[in-house]
Amino acid sequence: MAPDGHGTNGFKVVGTRPNRPDGVDKVTGRAKFGADAAAPGMLHAAIVRSPHAHAKILKIDSAKAEAMKGVKAVVTRADFAEGLTGENWNILENVMASDTALYDGHAVAAVAASTPLAARDAAKLIEVEYELLPHVTDVDKAMGSGAPVIRTGAADKSVPEGMHPNVVRYHESGHGDVEKGFAEADLVLEDSFKTEATHQGYIEPHACLAQLGPDGKGEVWCCTQGHFNVQKVCAALVGTDASQLRVTPSEIGGGFGGKTVVFIEPVALALSRKANRPVKLVMSRSEVFRATGPTASTSMDIKIGMTRDGKITAAQGVFRLQGGAFPGAPMEFTAMCAFAPYALENVHQVGYDVMSNRPKQAAYRAPGSPMAAFAVESVVDQLCNELDLDPIEVRLKNASKEGTKASFGPKFDRIGLVETLEAAKAHPHHKAPLAEGQGRGISCGFWFNHGGETAVSLALSEDGTVSLSVGTPDIGGSRASMGQMAAEELGIPYEKIRTTVADTATLGYNEISHGSRVTYASGLATIQAARDTVQKLCARAAAKWGIDEDAVVWEDGCAKPSGPNAGEFEPLPLARIARSMGRTGGPIVGHFEATPEGAGVSFATHIVDAEVDKETGQTKVVRYTVVQDAGKAIHPTYVEGQFQGGAAQGIGWALNEEYIYGEDGRLQNSLFLDYRIPVASDLPMIDTVIVEVPNPGHPYGVRGVGETSICPPLAAIANAVSNAAGVRLKELPMSPPRILAALAAQADG
Amino acid sequence: MTMIHVTTTVNGDEVEFLCDPRETLLDVLRDRLALTGAKEGCGTGDCGACSVTVDDRLVCSCLMLGAEAEGKSIGTIEGMADGEALHPLQEKFIEYAALQCGVCTPGVLVATEALLKKNPDPTETEVRYWLAGNLCRCTGYDKIIRAVLDTAADLRKAS
Repeated sequence: MAPDGHGTNGFKVVGTRPNRPDGVDKVTGRAKFGADAAAPGMLHAAIVRSPHAHAKILKIDSAKAEAMKGVKAVVTRADFAEGLTGENWNILENVMASDTALYDGHAVAAVAASTPLAARDAAKLIEVEYELLPHVTDVDKAMGSGAPVIRTGAADKSVPEGMHPNVVRYHESGHGDVEKGFAEADLVLEDSFKTEATHQGYIEPHACLAQLGPDGKGEVWCCTQGHFNVQKVCAALVGTDASQLRVTPSEIGGGFGGKTVVFIEPVALALSRKANRPVKLVMSRSEVFRATGPTASTSMDIKIGMTRDGKITAAQGVFRLQGGAFPGAPMEFTAMCAFAPYALENVHQVGYDVMSNRPKQAAYRAPGSPMAAFAVESVVDQLCNELDLDPIEVRLKNASKEGTKASFGPKFDRIGLVETLEAAKAHPHHKAPLAEGQGRGISCGFWFNHGGETAVSLALSEDGTVSLSVGTPDIGGSRASMGQMAAEELGIPYEKIRTTVADTATLGYNEISHGSRVTYASGLATIQAARDTVQKLCARAAAKWGIDEDAVVWEDGCAKPSGPNAGEFEPLPLARIARSMGRTGGPIVGHFEATPEGAGVSFATHIVDAEVDKETGQTKVVRYTVVQDAGKAIHPTYVEGQFQGGAAQGIGWALNEEYIYGEDGRLQNSLFLDYRIPVASDLPMIDTVIVEVPNPGHPYGVRGVGETSICPPLAAIANAVSNAAGVRLKELPMSPPRILAALAAQADG
Repeated sequence: MTMIHVTTTVNGDEVEFLCDPRETLLDVLRDRLALTGAKEGCGTGDCGACSVTVDDRLVCSCLMLGAEAEGKSIGTIEGMADGEALHPLQEKFIEYAALQCGVCTPGVLVATEALLKKNPDPTETEVRYWLAGNLCRCTGYDKIIRAVLDTAADLRKAS
C-alpha cells in the first residue's frame, strides 16, 4: 500500500507522467463534446433573446413562427415549473425571463424545428413587444442614489439599512484595530481600483441534447462541470423527479467555472416535452458572451500601513462587486482572499454584492480572488517602491504561516506560502537583468480550495483490470490522476485501469467539478475506494488460505500472509483473485462516499516582466514564472498545465479582456474578434515551479491547483506594467488606451 | 427550399451531399457527413477550431459554404492518422500534454500539419504567429509550441 500522507517519497505511479486516457480520442477528433451528439428524430432549437438591457415584456406572439414549416414547438416562461423559490427561482428567471428582460441577451422564448436553420428562421418570427426601462451596468452607479432598481426585495438581511435596493448582500470581517495599526505605520497608502468583467472564454459553446417524454422520464447529454447539479436543477425547473432524469456529461471543451451553471438544458427539455422529440440546443459564441457567466466587475478601495522596515501594521479593503441582474457576486471571497497572504494583527474588510443590468455572473477560476489580489498587491508594491524595499522580502516578512490567524478568521493549517516565496527568490528570473522599457512585477495569490460531496466506485473485471467510475467531469486531466492514485493503491499498472466519468444513474451525488476539488476530493475517494477493494481482496485470500483477514496484507498488487505466524502461502495477485471472484463470493467492487472537508488552501507567487511601448500603449509580456504549492503533484505535467493556463488567462484579464457596454446597455463586443483572449503570438513560454508542501487533509498531501494560478497574474502584471511605464495603473484591463491615458494624466501632473 | 447537390472529396473519399445554400462547410461536415472532429467555437473565423484544408490550403470551415466544396479536396482531423498509426504531431501532443480540454485540438493539429508542410523548420515565433488564429483557453500555448517544435525536429531527422 502507498505511503499515507505527508510523504512525497515512496510512490511508484503518483508523480509520474503517463498519457491521458482521453488523449487518442482528442487528437483524432473522435472525442464527443456537447454539440457532437445526435439522436434519431432529433429537432434543433434556437432561443429568442432580449435586445434591451432592461425592459418589460408586454407580449410574445409566436403565431407566425408556429405556422412555419418544420416548427414543432415554442416555449416561453409559461412552459416551466411554477411556485419555485430561492435559488431555483433565480436560476429559472435567468434561464427564461418572466415579465421583465433584465439584460441584453436575456432569454424570453425558444423554438424547436426540424433543422438548425429552420429554428433560427423561426426564432426571428417570434414577435416580442417591450416597454423599455431605465438601466444601469456600472457597479458604482448601480449602488448610487437614483440608480434604477433591478428588483425590489432582492436584498437579504445582511444589508445595512439605508443602502440602495441594488445592494443585495453585505459582508464584513477582520480582527484587531485598524486605526491603531495605521497610527503605528511610517507610511499609509490608500488607493482605489476597478476591474471590468471578463468571460471564462471556453472555446466550446454550451450545448445539449435533451429528451423528456410525457411519462416524465428524460435524458440529457450536455457539456457541464456538474451533471448531478444539472439533474437537480432541471428536474426542479421543468417539474419532474430528479431520479427520472438521467444526465450524462459529454467531454467538456473548457469551463473554468462558467459551466457550473445551468442555462439551456431546461429549455431543451421543455421543448422536447412539448414536441415529444429529442431536442438539440447549441449556443452561438455571441449568446455565450451575452448570456452566460462573465465575472463580476469590481470597484475597490485599499488602505495599508507599513513601517520603514516593511512590517504591515494594518490593512483594510472595501470591495464592491457587480454580479449582474441576480444576487451572488462573490464579494465575500474577494474580501476574504484579499489579505490572506499576510499575517496581520489589524485587518478589516467589507464587501458589497450589487445587482445591475448585466448577465448573471458565474464562477471563473477562484471567483473573486484575482481582483482582490490586483488591488492589494498593487498597494503593497507601491509601499515597497516608496520605502525602497524588496517586494519578496516584504512578503516574506509578513507572510502567513502555519498557525497564523488568517485575515478571514480561522488559523491556517500547514501552508506553503513561504516556500513559494523562497522558490521565487531563488529562481533565476528574480535576479535577471531587465532591458530598457521593461518592468518587473511580483504578486502572491490565495485560494481556499474545496471538498464537497463525492462518490466513487471501483469494479474489478475477471481479467484483473479495473473500471473506476467517478462523478466529477474531467476538466483538467483528472481521469489520468484518478487512475494513477488507484494504480498506486492497488499495486497494478496504470494502464490496467480505465477511469470513466459516470452518469447520474451510476453513482451517488457528486458535487460540481469546481473549487479545485477534483484531484483532492475525487482523488481521496478513489484512494479510499481502492482501499475498500483491497480489504475485500484480502478477505478472499484469507478465506482461501483459511486464516484471519487481518493476517493478510496487500503488497505490490498481491495478497500476502502478514508474517511467518500467519502461515506460508504463495502471494495471490489481484488478477488471480479476480479470476475466481464469481465462485468465491461474487463481484468485487470497492466504493467510497463522503463529503471530505480537508481541502488544503493554496498559495502562489508569480514573477512577470513586461515591456510597455509608451508611444502606442501596447504591453508585451516578455517573461513569466509561476511558483505554486500543489501539496503533492499527482501528474506533474498536468499540474504545470494548470499553472500555465491560469497565468495565460490572467494575462488576458490584465491586458485585453473586458465587457464593453454602450450607453444603450448593450454588449458591444460579443465576438472573439472584439473580445480578445490571448493568442499564441501574445505570450512567452510560461515557466513553472511546483512546490510541494503536503496538505494534511489528503492521504497523499494533494491540494487543488486549478484556481490559485489565476490569483496573482492581474496584480503581478499590473506591478510590472506600472514599473515599466513609470505610472501606477489602477484599472483593468490595462489596454493601450488606458495606459496612454494614465501616461497623459501623469504628464499633465 | 432548393437544396444544392455537391460532389467533393473528403479525406480521400468521394462524397456526395445535398445542402441548403446557407449551410457552411462546417455545418455540412458535422451535420451531414457526421465528421464532428472540426468544432464550431465562434462561427466567425476567429477561433480556428473548425480548421480544415481545402485543396491543401488551411481554411476556417465556418467561413466557407458547403456548396463551395464542389470538386474540391477537403482534409479534416479524421484523416490525419494513417490507419492505426497516429501522425507524429498527434503522438507528441498527447505526450507533451499539449491539450487539456481538447476542443481546440483538432483545429490546432490541422493548422500545424499545414504549417510543417510549408515550413519544416519553423522558429518559435513563426509557430506562434501561424497558430495565432487557433485559440486555446486551457494551456497558455506553452506545451503546444514545444510539441510543434519538437515534432518538427523529429520529422527533419527522420527525412
